Amino acid sequence: MSAPSLRIPLRPLARILDARQRGENPDAIEKENLRLRHEEMRDRARIRAEGRIVLLGAMFALAFATIGLKMWVVAESEPAEPRTSIAGSSIVAQRGDILDRHGRVLATNLDTFALYAHPHQMVEPERAAQELASIFPDLDQDRLTRDFTGKRRFVWIRRKISPEQRQAVHDIGEPGLLFGPREMRLYPNGALAAHILGGASYGEEGVHAAEIKGTAGVEREFNDFLTDPANGGKPLQLSIDLTVQAAAEQMLYGGMRLMNAKGAASVLMDAKTGEIISMVSLPDFDPNDRPGLPTEGHPDDSPLFNRAVQGVYELGSTFKIFAAAQAIDLGLVKPETIVDIKGPIRWGRHSIRDFHNYGKELSVADIIIKSSNIGSARLAEMIGNDLQKQFLGQLGLFEPTPVEMVEAPSGQPLVQKNWTDLTAMTVSYGHGISVSPLHLAAAYATIANDGKRVRPTLLVQDGPQDGPQVLSYAAALQAQDLLRLVVSEGTASFARIDHYSVGGKTGTADKPKPTGGYYKDKTISTFASMFPAHDPQYVLIVTLDEGVETSGSEPRRTAGWTAVPVAAEMITRIAPLLGLRPEIAPATLADITLTSQ
Amino acid sequence: MRTLLYILSFAALVGLGFWAYQENYRTKQIVNEAERLQVQISQARARLGVLKAEWAYLNRPDRLRELAELNFTPLALMPISPDQFGRMDQVDYPSSDPVPAPLVEINNPVEVSTMSMQEAGQ
Repeated sequence: MSAPSLRIPLRPLARILDARQRGENPDAIEKENLRLRHEEMRDRARIRAEGRIVLLGAMFALAFATIGLKMWVVAESEPAEPRTSIAGSSIVAQRGDILDRHGRVLATNLDTFALYAHPHQMVEPERAAQELASIFPDLDQDRLTRDFTGKRRFVWIRRKISPEQRQAVHDIGEPGLLFGPREMRLYPNGALAAHILGGASYGEEGVHAAEIKGTAGVEREFNDFLTDPANGGKPLQLSIDLTVQAAAEQMLYGGMRLMNAKGAASVLMDAKTGEIISMVSLPDFDPNDRPGLPTEGHPDDSPLFNRAVQGVYELGSTFKIFAAAQAIDLGLVKPETIVDIKGPIRWGRHSIRDFHNYGKELSVADIIIKSSNIGSARLAEMIGNDLQKQFLGQLGLFEPTPVEMVEAPSGQPLVQKNWTDLTAMTVSYGHGISVSPLHLAAAYATIANDGKRVRPTLLVQDGPQDGPQVLSYAAALQAQDLLRLVVSEGTASFARIDHYSVGGKTGTADKPKPTGGYYKDKTISTFASMFPAHDPQYVLIVTLDEGVETSGSEPRRTAGWTAVPVAAEMITRIAPLLGLRPEIAPATLADITLTSQ
Repeated sequence: MRTLLYILSFAALVGLGFWAYQENYRTKQIVNEAERLQVQISQARARLGVLKAEWAYLNRPDRLRELAELNFTPLALMPISPDQFGRMDQVDYPSSDPVPAPLVEINNPVEVSTMSMQEAGQ
């Protein structure tokens, strides 16, 4: 109210005088005027308050309308990628690469196309079927014709096609043939490290994209890591060395053929870090074209079967070093202690005998060097069941290996439930317990690592593992010396190679028949070795399945004749690749002549 | 006085409108540019992926071994053997005035990925 309203006096003199003359109470006039004034003030206040309420209501209505409008816009508008975002530049492959320890590619993705058809959009379905059958010889033309002319509205034709095939399909000129972008998993090295990598296949599949899923090996174990968008396509770095793996596969394959074996496995492990540098299982397969699960024959003979991780075998005399090392560790014996080996030991209907008769007594060192079953059994007797069981458990021989592969839990060692005195004796020379070559590698690595427990791993490590000390330092050193003696004087003489000192233990075990009992002419021969012998850095396990050496007058099946020469060749080939300097016999220096002689 | 104020504020309105319009168009242009670059980056990434895969495929150990065997006559490549390790004292000291080897200049790199051809065709 900018203009001041004319204020009506409460007691207007004219009306008062008038009222007095008429003898009325002038106060009534004042009250009346006061009432009018109050009414006027009330009306004014009400109008103001009403205005405020309307304004507030309008505001609220506007706010709700805005929110409603925005919701409608969000609901109705087509979704679109933000045009300018930093995220756009980091769109990379939907599945991370897998690299070896030096960053070389083991598995990567490749953009390709999938071919599908919309039969209802086809102009000449019969001709399209015919042309497709000529481009892809494995497609059935009749089946395609049936699909294209029938009621189906969508037909997958090929999951992956090459750019050349795509161009050829383009050239058919059929509008009903369509392409969808696909990423495909590529293993550029073919069958190399096939069992470790496993393989991949398509999971959920749509026209515009398909999910790649790992089917086995590290691909499956690390499926979540590889596909996690939070990793931004970060590669997975394995501890495998591509070059060493290739050399190991080549040498082991040659050895397997030469020794007429039907299968072979090798594990090369860094004794300090537990990194698996190479792990081979033969026969192998191509992960780019992973074969289906076997439908006939024994599943263990399938190429898909990873002998190094999944295959549990009685690994024979390679176990003897554990008994000897433990006996030395407990202070029961020294390497030169003489043990009575009069045999055979009879135990119920079992008897323990040696491969040859080694006389009446042998020193502990000779028990290992000559590989005496009776001697090991006597050592086990001295140690006692509980301590032996505890020690083997600490070496990890009773549980599946902790290696990062889906197959690892299936490599559960076979151990007798009832650990009798007889079990203790047979286990001391590697019978009555079945473990995988990888278990053996880890256990030997523990000896090579001066008694500190080593767990095998497939991931590249920063430094040495600091495992618990399961064997004293001194006992581990003595065990290493014993293993060196096996090579220099004992059953593994073929491992006496020119440039490197190797320590190791042979093991030959008859294969168990599925019906019970053992085959006389089928063996698993194993050589468990470590090199360089004086300060072991690497552990190599070589296992041949049914290997037999036939150059002599009668077939030889012992590991000394089969697994050891193969392992020796592998070490000669692999050690230089690992950067190990030869020590025993360095090449003669041409320009140095000794004149003082 | 009041008229002048009106004229001035109207002029300011026109000026601000013009400026806002310009900014709007500049923003749109930059967004387009950024989008184009994003596409280029993703193409380059895809190409890099293909090249890496091709490199790995061409360098697979099987192939290198076969090539080494095929070209044994000119190259005589053998797997590394322990004999090839030398000792420090077997290495000659470099002569006092070394003649620098002439550097080979590479000025015509060959692009082999299919995508580079596609880009050239565009």
